[in-house]
Amino acid sequence: MKRILCNAAMQATGLAIGAVMLAAPAFAAPMAEAAAAAAAAAEAAPAVPNPGNNGFMMTATVLVLLMIVPGLALFYGGLTRSKNMLSTMTQIGAAAALAMLVWVMWGYGLAFGPEGNEYISWGKFFLAGVTPDSTAATFTDEVISEYIFISFQMTFAAITVALVLGSVVERMKFAATMVFTLVWLTIVYFPIAHMVWEARGVFFVMGALDFAGGTVVHINAGVSALVAAYILGKRKGYPTEPMMPHSLTLTMVGTGLLWVGWFGFNAGSALEANGSAALAMINTFVATAAGGLFWMLTERVMGHKGSALGFCSGVIAGLVAVTPAAGNSGPFGAIVLGAVAAVVCYFFVAKVKAKLDYDDALDAFGIHGVGGMVGAIGTGIVFSPALGGPGGEDFDMAAQLVTQGSAVVATIVISAVGTAIAMYIAKALTGLRVDEETEVNGLDISEHGERAYN
Amino acid sequence: MKFIIAIIKPFKLDSVREALSGIGIAGLTVTEVKGFGRQKGQTEIYRGAEYSTNMLPKVKLEIAASDDIAAQVVETIQATANTGAIGDGKIFVLDLASATRIRTGESGETAL
Repeated sequence: MKRILCNAAMQATGLAIGAVMLAAPAFAAPMAEAAAAAAAAAEAAPAVPNPGNNGFMMTATVLVLLMIVPGLALFYGGLTRSKNMLSTMTQIGAAAALAMLVWVMWGYGLAFGPEGNEYISWGKFFLAGVTPDSTAATFTDEVISEYIFISFQMTFAAITVALVLGSVVERMKFAATMVFTLVWLTIVYFPIAHMVWEARGVFFVMGALDFAGGTVVHINAGVSALVAAYILGKRKGYPTEPMMPHSLTLTMVGTGLLWVGWFGFNAGSALEANGSAALAMINTFVATAAGGLFWMLTERVMGHKGSALGFCSGVIAGLVAVTPAAGNSGPFGAIVLGAVAAVVCYFFVAKVKAKLDYDDALDAFGIHGVGGMVGAIGTGIVFSPALGGPGGEDFDMAAQLVTQGSAVVATIVISAVGTAIAMYIAKALTGLRVDEETEVNGLDISEHGERAYN
Repeated sequence: MKFIIAIIKPFKLDSVREALSGIGIAGLTVTEVKGFGRQKGQTEIYRGAEYSTNMLPKVKLEIAASDDIAAQVVETIQATANTGAIGDGKIFVLDLASATRIRTGESGETAL
């Protein structure tokens, strides 16, 4: 199942012809007779959203918001030192809020606008022409209200930029995170979302499988986080001074909220309350369960204690890996994917990272980037019907892996280049990094004038 | 009068307190402390980043006792807090010059 995002809403005013030309199979009006001719289709009553699907998608959209605040804010916040708790959570909340505003101004138009090519689209800026009657296509002949589709996609943009900030916490100026958010969304996120999820997008046309955002969200966020961490530099004292997580309790709470919200993220990506959403739901349970346990098992095998943070990290690795595969894998393929992602991410974060000279403070790359790549490539394997996936009998795994690999490589290149540009613009405008005294005192008191704990 | 300071393992606090009540000790002061001795520290690992802490949490008891009971107090703590492992702690005994009960102004052993 691929995500077909038809930009054009079928409105009663005669835009229907254009819409039908864009995505003809998806647009048969439900009440039309099978024999209806194309001419008749243009005059047919516009498709009306099914209230069940609308209700499901509204719920899914709000669940994705739950992933950001409080989910990601608590998950990341608990991992920082107590003097940077508010700063970490505020950066996430404010970046997400800015992303929402940018999305309705020009983000939706650049990603899913009515005009465009395989790399970018345009039109519908400031949501021009969208009304409560506007609809967006799903993968079948159903439609959902366009405002819901816009909101759902908005939350994806918001969480992706918030994820990136995990690598730069405890030292980046608040103003710099805002400038970065604005530029990065515009030159990195919107084009990649268009290329992967929009019906004309280059990777969509190639047939890249990305159910809920393995490339667009996780590889994109992870690679951007890595580049941003390199440009920003290490935290003062890293890696010689201890920088222990200040509250793994809150990290565990955040992990749970992320897991719950992820059902909206994954199942909602089916765009309808149907069997595909159901498959995404069960996979989001079992891949995650496997991820949490296999991270802890790996710790034991390496001679350590199975840890709470290990469980949380494995849960996130499993969720990341199953994101592109949610509706593209059978449950047992998803279990393998979650387990493999947890083991690979463990070795990257615990062993490889220490040998590399950068400070990805909260392992945004180590888990979202690495786990995202495992998931994106793995989806090309577990899609196979031989492994219980939903692929057709003619599924060609080798060809699919080439497609998946090229989408991954292209995402890495665009993310890396775009992030460098966004970081240097933020540097020119804000100075990027707090001074040493501010960093030692903590960003909570210096940047926000508050303390998390009094 | 003697002033007895005992550093013990935190999990032994309740049994030591009970044993001391049993021999007639009517009050003591407890503080959570950190320190190091022969017991090696513990290692904490967060996503592969290892931090060894060489300060371990202990509990410090402070007890004022009359001369005739002081030896028994030391004996009781030693017997009760003993696990046989390194890190069980230490007991120090100091001479106590005076003691005053704030409410009544009594001083000396009657204030204990």
